Amino acid sequence: MSFHPLMEYGAGHHQSARVLPEEGPAFQFTAANLAKLEEICTRYPAERRKSAIIAALYLAQGQQGYITLSAMRAVAAAIRCSTAEVEDIVYFYTMFYTRPMGKHIVMVCRTLSCALAGAERVTETLSKELGLRPGETDANREFSLLEVECLGACDRAPVVGVNDDWHECQQPEAAKALIDGLRAAGAGSLTGCHLKVAGE
Amino acid sequence: MEPILTKYVKQPGGASLDFYMKVGGYEGLRKSLGMTPDQVVDVVKQSGLRGRGGAGFPTGMKWQFVDKKSPKPKYICCNADESEPGTFKDHVLMERNPHLLFEGCLIACHAIGAKVAYIYIRGEFYHVQQVLERELAKARAAGLVGKNIMGTGFDCDIFVHRGAGAYEAGEETALIESLEGKKAQPRLKPPFPAVAGLYDCPTAVNNVETLCNVPFIITEGAEAFAKLGPEKNGGPKLYCISGHVKNPGVYETSMHTTLRELIYDPKFGGGIRGGHQLKCVIPGGSSVPVLLPEQLDIPASFDGVASAGSMLGSAGLIVMDETTCMVWAAQNLLYFYKHESCGKCTPCREGGDWLHKLLMKIERGDGEMRDLDLLLSVANNIAGKTLCAFGDAAATPVLTTIKTFRAEYEAHIREGRCTLPASWRASHPVLAAH
Ligand SMILES: Cc1cc2nc3c(=O)[nH]c(=O)nc-3n(C[C@H](O)[C@H](O)[C@H](O)COP(=O)(O)O)c2cc1C
Ligand code: FES
Repeated sequence: MSFHPLMEYGAGHHQSARVLPEEGPAFQFTAANLAKLEEICTRYPAERRKSAIIAALYLAQGQQGYITLSAMRAVAAAIRCSTAEVEDIVYFYTMFYTRPMGKHIVMVCRTLSCALAGAERVTETLSKELGLRPGETDANREFSLLEVECLGACDRAPVVGVNDDWHECQQPEAAKALIDGLRAAGAGSLTGCHLKVAGE
Repeated sequence: MEPILTKYVKQPGGASLDFYMKVGGYEGLRKSLGMTPDQVVDVVKQSGLRGRGGAGFPTGMKWQFVDKKSPKPKYICCNADESEPGTFKDHVLMERNPHLLFEGCLIACHAIGAKVAYIYIRGEFYHVQQVLERELAKARAAGLVGKNIMGTGFDCDIFVHRGAGAYEAGEETALIESLEGKKAQPRLKPPFPAVAGLYDCPTAVNNVETLCNVPFIITEGAEAFAKLGPEKNGGPKLYCISGHVKNPGVYETSMHTTLRELIYDPKFGGGIRGGHQLKCVIPGGSSVPVLLPEQLDIPASFDGVASAGSMLGSAGLIVMDETTCMVWAAQNLLYFYKHESCGKCTPCREGGDWLHKLLMKIERGDGEMRDLDLLLSVANNIAGKTLCAFGDAAATPVLTTIKTFRAEYEAHIREGRCTLPASWRASHPVLAAH
C-alpha cells in the first residue's frame, strides 16, 4: 500500500536495497593524518570525539581518493565509534565518494539560478565533450562529471566546481576550453572565486 | 545607505587582521567586555536585530532564552551552511570580512556565557574555510581569540567545522546533529536549542550575517541600528540578486529599499537582461512564494515582504523573465528538494519524490489535468507535517506556481509540451535522464 492513495508503490523506484560498501585495499591512516586528526579532536570536548568524524573522513578521502569499508573501519577506530556509524555518515553526505573518481571531479551546479543561466546546457556540452553522463568517471580516471546543488555563488552562474576549486560564469560553448584548460594546467586554468580582489 | 558590513569587501587586503584593526576592528568586543552579559543582550534586544538566516526571529530574545543558570557549558553555533538556493551573502562576508564574524561570535559568546563558538561551514566552501582558518590563527596570535582576551580574563575560542554536502544541515537542530558527528537530521522541538542544543547544552544558533551585525550595535548603539531601517526591520541588510538581471550580485542597503528598486535600480540589479521583461521573482531563496511584477512596490523588509504574501527568508532574490517556464522552474526546485530531503519524515521523503515525478510527467508532455489536483494534494500533505520547515519549503514551489501560473500548467498538459517559444529544455537529454 502506498502512503498516498493515488500514487503507485513498489514500481522500481521505491524498492530499497542496502548498498554494501566495498572492502577495498587495506587502509591505514598515515602518521601525519593521525596527528592532524588528534589536533582536530582537541576542538571538541574529550568525550565528543565523534564530532570529528567528518574531518576524519576528509582525511581518509584525501589519502585514498575515496572511502572503502577498510577506510571506514580505520575512521571508526580513530573516532572510537562503530563502523556502522561511519557508514551512515559516508552515505548521507554528498561529498564522500565510495568509488574511485577522476583526477578532476567536475561538478556543475544545476539549481535554479544556474539553470536560468543555462546550466543544463553546460552539463550537456561537458557530457558530450567528455563522453560521460552525469555521475560517471572515464576509464583513465581523468575526469568525473557530477551535477550538484546550489553552490552559494548564484550571481556568477553557471558555476562549476572542480575538486576544491571553483570556476564561474561557465558558458555552454566553452566546455572544450574548460576541459583543455584542466588537462593543460589543472586548477590553475580556473577562474577561482570572484571574491578574489584585484591587487591581492 | 552607506554599506556597513560590506564597506571594505572590494579593498585589497581588506580581509586581513591588520586592515580590520586599522578601521576600528574589535572595538565592539572591547566595549562589550566592559558590559555585563545582560547589558549586551539588552542592547541587542533594543536594536530589534532579527535573524538573517531565514526566519527573522529577534536575536536578543534568542540569547535571552539561553538557560544561563544551567551548570552545563553554553555554545554559540554560527550557521555558515548557506545552502538555500539563490543565497550567497554569507559567502561574501566570510571571505572578505572574516574578523567581523569572529568579533560577532565573541560578543555573542560573552552575552550567553559561552566559552566556545563553532562556525559550521558548508563543505563546498573549502576556499572560504581556508580564509577563516588563516585569519583565525592571526586573531589567536594577537590575543583576540583564546585565553584572556584583550587582557580582560575572558576566555573564548572559535573553531571552524566543515560540513560535507547537505542542505538540511542549515536547519538549526540538524546543524547541531551534524556538529555532533551524526546525519544532518532535525530534532523534535521542544526542547529548543536554547535549553538543550549542542551536546545537550544550552545553545544559540545564529546566521553569519546576524552575528556580523552585532559589533555595530555595540559600538554605535541600539538606536543607531534600528533607525537604519523601518520599524522592527532595522539595520543594514544584504540582498543576493541572481537570475535574469543585468547585474547579479550581493548588495547592502536598508530595508526601506523596495523590491522594485532592488531589481531595477542601476545601483542594484540594474533591470532585466536585454530585451526581456520581468515575469516573477522569488524574494527569499527558493523556499518562498513567488511575487509578480505588480507586487514589487513594497519595502524588502521582513514585514514588507510578508504583507505581500511571501517571505524575505534568506533575502535571495531569484529573478525570472518571460522566457522562464514555471513548470520547469518548479521541477528544477523539486529536484533539489527531493535530492536534499534528509529522509527523517515520511511526508517529505516520499512526497518530494512524488511531486518531482508528477512535474516531470507534465514536463515530458504526459500530464493529465487531474495531476494538478494530485500535485496540490501531495504538497498540502507535506506542508506543516514534518519536524522542520523543510517540508513547507519543498511544498511551496509547487503550491505557489500552480496558484500563480495555473494556466501555464494547463497549457502544458493540453498541448503535451512547453508552450513557451524559448524553451529548449523539454528535449534536454540530461534532464530526461533524471
Ligand atoms: C531546511 C532549512 C535550511 C536552512 N538553511 C539555513 C542556512 O543555510 N543558513 C542559515 O543561516 N539558516 C538556515 N536555516 C534557518 C535555521 O534553521 C535557523 O533559523 C537560523 O540559523 C537561525 O539563525 P538566525 O536567527 O540568525 O537567522 C534553514 C532552515 C531550514 C528549515
Ligand atoms: S544556483 Fe548555482 S550556485 Fe546557486
